[in-house]
Amino acid sequence: MNLTLRIWRQRGPEDKGRMVTYQVDDVSPDMSFLEMLDVLNERLILQGEEPVAFDHDCREGICGMCSLMINGEAHGPQRGTTACQLHMRQFSDGDTIDIEPWRARAFPVVKDLVVNRNAFDKIIAAGGYITAPTGSAPEAHSVPVAKNNADAAFESAACIGCGACVAACPNGSGMLFTAAKVTQLSLLPQGQPERYTRVIGMVDAHDEAGFGGCTNIGECAAACPKGIPLNTIGRLNRDYLKATSKRAGTPGS
Amino acid sequence: MDLYTEGDPIADTKAPDGPIETRWERRRFEAKLVNPANRRKLTVIVVGTGLAGGSAAATLAEQGYHVKSYCYQDSPRRAHSIAAQGGINAAKNYRNDGDSVHRLFYDTVKGGDFRSRESNVHRLAEVSVNIIDQCVAQGVPFAREYGGLLDTRSFGGAQVQRTFYARGQTGQQLLLGAYQALERQIGLGNVEMNARHEMLELVVVDGRARGIVVRDLVTGEITTELADAVVLASGGYGNVFYLSTNAKGCNVTASWRAHRKGAHFANPCYTQIHPTCIPVSGDHQSKLTLMSESLRNDGRVWVPKAKGDNRAPKDIPEDERDYYLERIYPSFGNLVPRDIASRAAKNVCDEGRGVGPGGLGVYLDFADAIQRLGRKAIEAKYGNLFEMYERITGDDPYEVPMRIYPAVHYTMGGLWVDYDLQSSIPGLFVIGEANFSDHGANRLGASALMQGLADGYFVLPNTLPNYLANAGSFEKVDASHPDVVAARAAVEERIQKLLSINGDRTVDSFHRELGQIMWEHCGMERTEAGLRKAIDEIRALREQFWQRVRVPGDGEGLNQSLEKAGRVADFFELAELMCIDALHREESCGGHFRAEHQTPDGEAQRDDDRFAYVAAWEYTGDQPVLHKEDLQFEYVHPTQRSYK
Repeated sequence: MNLTLRIWRQRGPEDKGRMVTYQVDDVSPDMSFLEMLDVLNERLILQGEEPVAFDHDCREGICGMCSLMINGEAHGPQRGTTACQLHMRQFSDGDTIDIEPWRARAFPVVKDLVVNRNAFDKIIAAGGYITAPTGSAPEAHSVPVAKNNADAAFESAACIGCGACVAACPNGSGMLFTAAKVTQLSLLPQGQPERYTRVIGMVDAHDEAGFGGCTNIGECAAACPKGIPLNTIGRLNRDYLKATSKRAGTPGS
Repeated sequence: MDLYTEGDPIADTKAPDGPIETRWERRRFEAKLVNPANRRKLTVIVVGTGLAGGSAAATLAEQGYHVKSYCYQDSPRRAHSIAAQGGINAAKNYRNDGDSVHRLFYDTVKGGDFRSRESNVHRLAEVSVNIIDQCVAQGVPFAREYGGLLDTRSFGGAQVQRTFYARGQTGQQLLLGAYQALERQIGLGNVEMNARHEMLELVVVDGRARGIVVRDLVTGEITTELADAVVLASGGYGNVFYLSTNAKGCNVTASWRAHRKGAHFANPCYTQIHPTCIPVSGDHQSKLTLMSESLRNDGRVWVPKAKGDNRAPKDIPEDERDYYLERIYPSFGNLVPRDIASRAAKNVCDEGRGVGPGGLGVYLDFADAIQRLGRKAIEAKYGNLFEMYERITGDDPYEVPMRIYPAVHYTMGGLWVDYDLQSSIPGLFVIGEANFSDHGANRLGASALMQGLADGYFVLPNTLPNYLANAGSFEKVDASHPDVVAARAAVEERIQKLLSINGDRTVDSFHRELGQIMWEHCGMERTEAGLRKAIDEIRALREQFWQRVRVPGDGEGLNQSLEKAGRVADFFELAELMCIDALHREESCGGHFRAEHQTPDGEAQRDDDRFAYVAAWEYTGDQPVLHKEDLQFEYVHPTQRSYK
């Protein structure tokens, strides 16, 4: 099939950026979306033009590196699918496809379709862990975990940190990402000692990084390629409320 | 042979002697220690943030060392360990089914086709139990039973159920555990994290590894980073084949640069080809996707009996199908080990009986299982895999048999290390898939995660201090040292050279062609004639590369073509060494199958008298020098593997 692509080109953080139109012909429906971009880039290089920069790595939907806004939708039209797993059979001959980077204040554009998502790492560094220095762990079976809690923790832990939730949110909020980690760790007995300091630390880091506030719109969960449920944000809010009202972290509170 | 020369054998691997169960404990006791107050004055560089690198960086920082960590991805959470599906082995014996440290040790040595070191493998089995404890404490959500205890499953042909898992995303969950421990140390200021940085050279001063030259992939800036020790955790080199299950960015550059500076490269020809991957769909193919080995529990593998039979699978009657694994290996059937299943698929396709585009595929058919167990049961077991398959191929595996074909998956070879995981350059340590140490000629399923975390959490943090204890006597080094200046200048010169060729071919076109040569001649089956041909072709293509490659843009800023060009240039050099290694090893073992060396019924024929050694290659710039490390088997006696 033959396609018209309108791609965001931006030389660097200071450049204003613009949409540029490219024609790509003979696209096979078996190609992945990124393979279609590979074909375009090969051609651009041979024509003496700069190829389009885009992030990608595993190309099997798990590393979270790919990050394309396709026709205004994070990761494109197919539900539960990252851009690298999206295949061209989802499009039709003659289509025009808009391709843009994630757009959010906390994710500045590096070049073309590449953004800086370091803000996510900062949220994790502010409490998205259980303190368990290597060697200090007790025997794994000393603390049983109810299966439904373990399964729900896994469901939240499946987040790949791609940032689609932020890109889809009209407020540019990173609350689904933050809530997924808070939920995972607060469902496990190992996560209890730091439960309330964690949620405050992570939410503070989230706000400092320039993410917007959550107003429960739900675009995040709809765009999430891993199906992180929206109710994780409810869990986060509950823990946050409890943490702030009880002044968690104070001994005896 | 004219392609290499032979040097002195490797006499000492620093493994303690005595009863095998006591060796690791003795080594830890004999190792020198570093006083906690002195640790913060010592800097350790860790390259790579996968299971091995992430866990090592976090653990060393917890101990009090100053750690500088580097990865090429935009975040340490994205290293390719994240894509591991199946599970992680550990000798917990929670099932009471006869497992033990000794059995895991035994299975791993045997599974490696008797080409790994007993001392290392035993240590791996010992620390496997600590890994599970550590990960559970971190909040890794392993699968659990209704009673709240951990669930395990069987894997990779083992007769015990020792594989712990988190659905089909075990690697992701283990990596996020290590990443979170690492982020905690970053937050505390103990680790300096440098994402989107790529190591392009090793700095060696006075015979010791003292730093690296890195390029900031965003600004293009080249800097020299100095330290008291350097740890490489940069993964495997499967992407030398272009198409593999590795992530697109996986590369050999860090290892290869160290090799050029004096680190020996061991057993480069040992590569694992995984039998169940989604086949290539066309010339545009950029990578291959694995379908979990667990599918072979319920799927039946077949091809048509007749050559060139193009009918749809449902139109081929039962008596015109060849369930070749069940036919050739009646006792193991569809569950033969990876190396055997892969080669059998290649053989039927070579006979012209392959299915799908280009005849490079075989069917993995679930019709019988669906009929026997019901669609619901199959959905519960494999639903996510079936969905992934449909997303990629557009075919519904509940209705049409899957098409699969083997693909490059893992590399057992890597930089040579001693028992302490130190390479042949003092101060350069290598962990995880980047080293060669534990899997011999074939890795068992669910053992890669175990080895990466064993090295990073438990082995290196106990052996590295023994080296650092003497750091006070090292030569003082700063950025003006002539060896440091020279390393940096070499990097800049190479980048300029790549940018200045301005030829008429893209980096990817060369990489694809190199991959085809390697797959054809150094893939599932190797012959002397083929390998010699490959070496000639690689040399010719490498020459073309340096004359005709076109790298657009400049070195100032993000330039993904430039990144790829440097990596492919190193793959060209590695590819030749792999072929030389494969050519010199005139036997078949594990993933290395030489057509000249097979049993009358077509199985791998080892030659223990001549080849029970590790081949450690020294770089010279001309013919490599082979150093042999003899392998002794005191506890597990070599036998011929048979699965008939």
